[in-house]
Amino acid sequence: MSAAIACRDLCLRAGAREFVSRLSFEVGAGERWAVLGPNGAGKTTLLLALAGVRRADAGRVELAGRAIGEWRIDALAQRRALVTDRWIDPFASTALDTVLTARYRYDGADAEGERLAREALVAFDCAELAARDVRTLSRGERQRVAIATAIAQATPLVLLDEPIAHQDPRHQALVLARLAQLADRTLIASMHDVNAAAAFATHALLLSGRGAWRAGPACETLRAELLSELFATRIEVVRLDGRSLFYVADMH
Amino acid sequence: MPSRAPRSPVVLLALAAAAAGGLVAALLVGSVDAPAADVLGALAGGRTSPLATVVLDLRLPRALAAFAVGGLLALAGAILQALLRNPLADPYVLGISGGAAVAALAALAAGAGVAAMQAASAAGALATLALLFVLARRALFTRDALHGESSTTGVLLTGVMVAAFAAAILSLALTLATDAQLRTMVFWLLGDLAGATDLRLALVALALLALGLAVALRLARALNLMLRGDVLAFTQGVDVERTRRALVLVAAIATGAAVTLAGAVGFVGFVAPHLVRLVLGNDQRVLLPGAALAGGLLVVVADTAARTVASPVQLPVGVLTALIGVPAFLWLLRRA
Repeated sequence: MSAAIACRDLCLRAGAREFVSRLSFEVGAGERWAVLGPNGAGKTTLLLALAGVRRADAGRVELAGRAIGEWRIDALAQRRALVTDRWIDPFASTALDTVLTARYRYDGADAEGERLAREALVAFDCAELAARDVRTLSRGERQRVAIATAIAQATPLVLLDEPIAHQDPRHQALVLARLAQLADRTLIASMHDVNAAAAFATHALLLSGRGAWRAGPACETLRAELLSELFATRIEVVRLDGRSLFYVADMH
Repeated sequence: MPSRAPRSPVVLLALAAAAAGGLVAALLVGSVDAPAADVLGALAGGRTSPLATVVLDLRLPRALAAFAVGGLLALAGAILQALLRNPLADPYVLGISGGAAVAALAALAAGAGVAAMQAASAAGALATLALLFVLARRALFTRDALHGESSTTGVLLTGVMVAAFAAAILSLALTLATDAQLRTMVFWLLGDLAGATDLRLALVALALLALGLAVALRLARALNLMLRGDVLAFTQGVDVERTRRALVLVAAIATGAAVTLAGAVGFVGFVAPHLVRLVLGNDQRVLLPGAALAGGLLVVVADTAARTVASPVQLPVGVLTALIGVPAFLWLLRRA
């Protein structure tokens, strides 16, 4: 059984700078990965490479055992969805119609589309926004519509670029909980909040931005000393009610 | 997909009816009065009177050519505005029309006849577009361009530079032209349908418009998704590069055909899509046919006015498209 998605000696460069060097890791079906790293470490670029949007500068990305560049575009659309935080709303469109863009490949013959779209809107607390013009939504609301769009694409793999960046505390918890409830999906999400990552992820990938990386189960990667080194700031951990809570020591 | 606004079919039907009305009016109005019954008789096949000759040999080809030119330019403008995600894009801004005009005037200066000038302008439009492709190829056609948000700006800037260069050459040509050439040149630069008396050419242009519109409509859903971002469209299954290539080709052929037929009728490619967008929104499935109808109507009306208001003097149709289009555009913009 091949991994849901895997990197083999993947290198990503921007000009002369190689921010991902010989990255190799495998994501098994149903796993939830958090990608952490300082600003500019290349988290977004890595997600684009995993989505098959950006080419690898060396090495490769394999989706279900096949190099991602060999996949047909419409076949890829059935296997992975991507949530970016750079949405563009060029014309008036309701949130429901926006979510339905995820059903492009069904070309009208899509009996399930509207049901899936409405379910996704409900799951991410957007039910009341369904008839609203997306251009009138707040950033947080629009981001939840973007997440619902990716979920309605009904792909086994979902890539999310900072899915809780614009969410208030209640919706941070809600979004991560609803994502985690999608048991049949493999999820890879970049995020900055270490506690959110610890609550959400089964595995984590730490990217330094200078080529170094570490990938593995959350219990082995989300550790105070590794995170302190990663973010070049003192991060400590306290135990509370049986849970680990991280905090930035320099901030307190 | 975005659903159509309920009023879209109504507005499209109204536009089609207005376009048909404009065409009929173009047949009736002119320096020779033509009663509606006689015009209908002439259309029904009776080449029995001098009037029938005027209507069939002069007004009908010219009206159909005007509609085709307007529709082609508006279709090209709508496609370019969507592809570049910029409301300022149109065949003129991108220098395609300028390149066509330069080639046509070069042919004129070399003493070529009408047919050679038309061939030269078509070649000029395609050559300019090829140049634009080469200069902006990276921005348009590589997969890595998917995540370059600024790439469309690069294409637009390249086009603006090409247009400025063409304008400089045209000014130079005008300065150096003899008095005899000058009048032809000015008319041609502003757009002129007086020479469009060949019914076959008009029908070819109409067929090109129908074909271009059919191709564009097939890609309209994909274009809608691309407007929301190329990366997202790609991940949702749109072959962004192929769609973009096909649409650029449609826009180029449409512009080339329009400029070949009527010279540089400006402004239609810019304003017709805008007028329709202000009323119907930016859903390409509605916008593309709407813009083609509105553009055709605008040029038919403008050309009918151009050959009648100051009769027997014929005004350049390009001046009238702007004189009619600008107030209409500003009025709609204020209402929106």
